Amino acid sequence: MLLEVKDLNISYGDKLTVSGVDLELNTGEIMSIVGESGSGKTTVIRAIMGCLPGRGHVSGGSIIFEGRDMLKNTPKEWRQLCGREMSMIFQDSGNMINPIRRIGEQFVNYIRTHAPEKTKAKAVEMAKDMLNKVRLPNPESIMQSYPFELSGGMRQRVGIAMAMVFRPKLLLADEPTSALDVTTQAQIIRQIVDIRNEFGVAVILVTHNLGVASYVSNKLVVMKNGRVVESGKREVISDPQDAYTKELLAAVPVVGEVKYYDR
Amino acid sequence: MTANQPPVVLEIKNLTKKFAVDGGRVLTACDNISLKAYAGQTLGIIGESGCGKSTLVRTVLQIHPATSGEVIFEGQDILKLRGEAARQNRRKIQMVFQDPAAAFNPKMKVKEIVTEPLLNFGLIKKSEVDARAAELLQMVELPVEFMDRYPHNMSGGQRQRLGIARALSLEPKIVVCDEATSALDVSVQEKICELLVRLQKEKGITYLFICHDIGLVDLMCHQVAVMYLGNVVEYIGGGRRISTEGMHPYTKVLLKAVFKVDFKPGERIEPLESEVPSPLDLPQGCPFASRCEFCTDICRQQKPQLKEVAHGHLVACHLVK
Repeated sequence: MLLEVKDLNISYGDKLTVSGVDLELNTGEIMSIVGESGSGKTTVIRAIMGCLPGRGHVSGGSIIFEGRDMLKNTPKEWRQLCGREMSMIFQDSGNMINPIRRIGEQFVNYIRTHAPEKTKAKAVEMAKDMLNKVRLPNPESIMQSYPFELSGGMRQRVGIAMAMVFRPKLLLADEPTSALDVTTQAQIIRQIVDIRNEFGVAVILVTHNLGVASYVSNKLVVMKNGRVVESGKREVISDPQDAYTKELLAAVPVVGEVKYYDR
Repeated sequence: MTANQPPVVLEIKNLTKKFAVDGGRVLTACDNISLKAYAGQTLGIIGESGCGKSTLVRTVLQIHPATSGEVIFEGQDILKLRGEAARQNRRKIQMVFQDPAAAFNPKMKVKEIVTEPLLNFGLIKKSEVDARAAELLQMVELPVEFMDRYPHNMSGGQRQRLGIARALSLEPKIVVCDEATSALDVSVQEKICELLVRLQKEKGITYLFICHDIGLVDLMCHQVAVMYLGNVVEYIGGGRRISTEGMHPYTKVLLKAVFKVDFKPGERIEPLESEVPSPLDLPQGCPFASRCEFCTDICRQQKPQLKEVAHGHLVACHLVK
């Protein structure tokens, strides 16, 4: 078991926002957490990464990653863990990179912050190699580009490359395709599956797109109002038990269904 | 025309919009587009970001001037209207925005937001604000008590209902929905679509429905225009459906990129691996040539024109006969 979350409660100040969440993830598995905005899905993965914003804190339960109790980590231990053992990609990687500095400079900085023993030349080599692996054509010119010169899909690939450069065991992806067009979304999802196949990384994908979740996931978790309403393997989608899951599935517009104006 | 085809309310004729870019280059956002919207029906416009779908409706709404072409509405070219005539015309074509939170003045109360257009056009008196606001809120199924709230106290779905109420307050003939449901959760999206359809049936409104979700466009629209790099590459009407009868290679790519909830094990998604080319200095041939798997020599040399392949179904592709 790579990651085991038991009876997790998360509060912002005194307000309990997520309660009783259980998750289990093995190496190389992709788990999707689906649910509407405000259901607490992002809060859960932020807690796993130890980066709850503001007054957010884990108020109960446990998070065990590779046998370690994550809640006992000191800030120094978190720094060693994040980026190297687990990493995160965001909805728009353009927002996490500095808009006025070149991609290459930031990538190299990122590598050397986490691994000060690497020389600059070695870091450049690692960065280019990783950009190649996420199928970005011409890594040299990507390294020289500013974020605004890249399309949303390319920026997201840069985000994946940065997240994967230390071959972490767990990749947390927070709505990585929600800001992208359908064709780009399909490319990025395929890229995440390829990364999993190549590096054996476990992935937790937070998404509100049930189609994406259904396509990539080994395991699915449906959340509502800070609670898990249903979880399991693909049967969550093929044979949903909970009323809320059924409602969510019924609301997805399916190509070829009866038109709204004929209902 | 089928016997029950309603009359045309809006006709876009050869509309072109070019932007001048630094260095004397030209960005063609909309290239010679002709479309018709019918009374009480929904015309869907679909395509990836940068394909010109928003520019097209913004030009129709006269948010920026067209380079050439005409937009015929109620027998006149509305792009030529000036001054008071243009202002009065705006009453009849209204818009619902993607992010209703950004579309409202945060310091205005709900009742002020929904009745502001009516006050601007002098259609009601200040003393009538409460009564009209209540009517409008009921129309979009919001509680009347919301009248004295501020938009930040409402959820995304409720705010979008408010956006619809404001757009409909002037009783327009045409409502442009620019990605009006894209920012919402699926279950909320479904309710907003049901509301739009109900209002359309009651009031006979025509929608221009811009969206990048082909599944939703398929369910919402009577006619669908597929845009790519400023061109309409396929137009499907006449009761045909994009999901089953879409013919253009690009339309098929869009359909293949949809993540369905009922994937069979082993079924693969096949995305195009390339990026959309720059809309600057478009090549002379087919706009989709650089990414099309069926591309031939003629596609690179000659731009295909829209041809009717079946009643109400036009495709711009050399390979579709």
